[in-house]
Amino acid sequence: MFDSLSEKLQNVFMRLRGKGRVTEADVNEAVREVRLALLEADVSLPVVRDFIGRIREKALGVEVLESLQPWQQVIDIVYKEMVALLGQQQAPLNVASTPPTIVMLCGLQGTGKTTLAAKLGTFLKKQGHRPLLVACDIYRPAAIKQLQVLGEQAELPVYALPEDQRKGPPTIARMAVEYARQHANDFVILDTAGRLAIDDELMDELGQMRAFVQPHEVILVVDAMVGQDAVNFAEQFHKRLALTGFVMTKLDGDTRGGAALSIRAVTGVPIKFIGTGEKLDAFEPFYPDRMAQRILGMGDILSLIEKA
Amino acid sequence: MPFQLFQKIRNTIEQVVGGGRGVDEELYEELEASLIQADINVQTTQRLIGALRRAVEEEGIRSIQQAVEALKREMVAILEVGDPSTMGLKEASLPPTLYLVVGVNGVGKTTTIAKIAHMLQSRGKRVILAAGDTFRAAAIDQLAEWAQRTGTDLVRHREGADPSAVIYDAIRAARARSVDYVIADTAGRLHTRSNLMEELRKIHRVAERELERVPDEVLLVLDATTGQNAISQAKLFMKYIPITGIVLTKLDGTARGGIVLSIADDLKLPIKLVGTGERLEALEEFNARRFVDRLLEV
Ligand SMILES: Nc1nc2c(ncn2[C@@H]2O[C@H](COP(=O)(O)OP(=O)(O)OP(=O)(O)O)[C@@H](O)[C@H]2O)c(=O)[nH]1
Ligand SMILES: Nc1nc2c(ncn2[C@@H]2O[C@H](COP(=O)(O)OP(=O)(O)OP(=O)(O)O)[C@@H](O)[C@H]2O)c(=O)[nH]1
Ligand SMILES: [Mg+2]
Ligand SMILES: [Mg+2]
Repeated sequence: MFDSLSEKLQNVFMRLRGKGRVTEADVNEAVREVRLALLEADVSLPVVRDFIGRIREKALGVEVLESLQPWQQVIDIVYKEMVALLGQQQAPLNVASTPPTIVMLCGLQGTGKTTLAAKLGTFLKKQGHRPLLVACDIYRPAAIKQLQVLGEQAELPVYALPEDQRKGPPTIARMAVEYARQHANDFVILDTAGRLAIDDELMDELGQMRAFVQPHEVILVVDAMVGQDAVNFAEQFHKRLALTGFVMTKLDGDTRGGAALSIRAVTGVPIKFIGTGEKLDAFEPFYPDRMAQRILGMGDILSLIEKA
Repeated sequence: MPFQLFQKIRNTIEQVVGGGRGVDEELYEELEASLIQADINVQTTQRLIGALRRAVEEEGIRSIQQAVEALKREMVAILEVGDPSTMGLKEASLPPTLYLVVGVNGVGKTTTIAKIAHMLQSRGKRVILAAGDTFRAAAIDQLAEWAQRTGTDLVRHREGADPSAVIYDAIRAARARSVDYVIADTAGRLHTRSNLMEELRKIHRVAERELERVPDEVLLVLDATTGQNAISQAKLFMKYIPITGIVLTKLDGTARGGIVLSIADDLKLPIKLVGTGERLEALEEFNARRFVDRLLEV
């Protein structure tokens, strides 16, 4: 379905052969196809509208190059614009000038925060760091145990309070940072409970945790399969917590992951990593160009453009 | 700012309902935007708007309220797939009744199982939970904690054990203890992982052999925040095992879950239950009308 964007554009422009200039009607037709492809990739509607507006502007008045078909040029414009919107380059992790670097993970329920804590820990450990994982999810059944099991698998220390020692997550986070200082852990990764952006009480709790430990990274973990709602909750989390980064998880499936474009567009905050499986090494830096290709279902198209 | 535009779209229906405007092109566009923003796919959206146009013409609809009402009627008709008598969860004439719960990672399977168990127990039924997720870290402990909280029995094996064996044992235990229901958890798996999907097929086969009938419900859990990918999920899960219905979770958030409308439209799968929170009580029977009202709420 999606893979045919290039075909569709090819069809749109088929009858253009021999024309010197792309007309407004051609562009409108092409833009309709792009719009559809973006919606089918879960890019949110307002972001699509805005994006399409810019594409239309750029595509109008494009001189048809000898070597390129118009559809290739439109794809090229769409692709470049999308890479730019996704951040152009890979965004690295913010690191504290005096360790420990504190990374706070947050997000909706079930997006992959706990798994990500262990993945990020594994990634940092491989680079010679000494991360500490911290269990701040005191709500979900067996959430602490889950982090402990993952910590064991990754051979990473996990900071957790025993159940009878009832402390709120912000306090746990503060205690963990103290512990990290004493034990020479140069990264502290805080796993928090999943929550809705409209849950005031739990959002305040995160705000308080942020104020308590002043993290260097506040990362929203986003399920790559998410649909149109992405703009709503990303904006709300950002408003309340001043996010510093996103991670998109579960990109090992067949989702297009258009939400990447949405969240980046509404917040301006970079996407830093992606999760590509349940195993602890299924974790990679985020590359805007690869994501753009995925959203557009491009694959082979790129090589066509490059050849031109 | 793109979001001024966004805000505008969200406000339009409200304005429209308040103002004295009639049915015009702008209304169709606004409605189309709301449907798309609720995650209904483009195809279903266009079908719905097409049907609305016809209804407006044929029934001589003038007011916006009437048009919205006609649209809602059309949506409810799509959602009420199949036999209305089977909308609730099926109960076997020969116990134990078996519910198998499946879905991709993190959608809410384990929590939904706890909620169903709680609902059945409060009706005086006895339930065994089968810890069929032997893969994810502490998944068994999570279900064990729910079993304890709800006062249900649990059948568990070690981590890494064969999930089919767990479910087989749970069915036998239910017979031995005269328990009415077995609800089986399974590990989250992406529908694109064919080896994991084969494993599910095996679980289903083993359960069928032991029960001497197919499981009474095979529930596919979908997360309401999911976009277009839910269609691919439903299609592929159906390819491997006969899904009997959908549970739509996380409807307590801001996501509308409209993709189930496309799934009902395309695949004729009924939506049976709705999850509206993390607590045991946060489970409702699906009500098409309520769902549609919420979907078009501003
Ligand atoms: N396929 C796949 N599964 C993932 C990925 N990341 C996490 N998961 C799975 O997604 C499910 C949820 O992951 P968790 O780490 O428990 O998510 P969470 O955000 O901590 O969940 P809550 O604490 O309940 O809010 C688990 O089954 C994980 O194994 C990924 O990148 N790909
Ligand atoms: N807000 C909300 N959260 C829910 C709902 N149902 C489940 N959750 C939460 O979603 C997260 C994942 O739920 P689980 O039941 O562990 O999901 P799962 O499908 O079993 O996950 P895996 O076994 O890892 O694939 C947990 O934090 C739950 O508390 C719901 O209806 N609303
Ligand atoms: Mg967690
Ligand atoms: Mg589970």
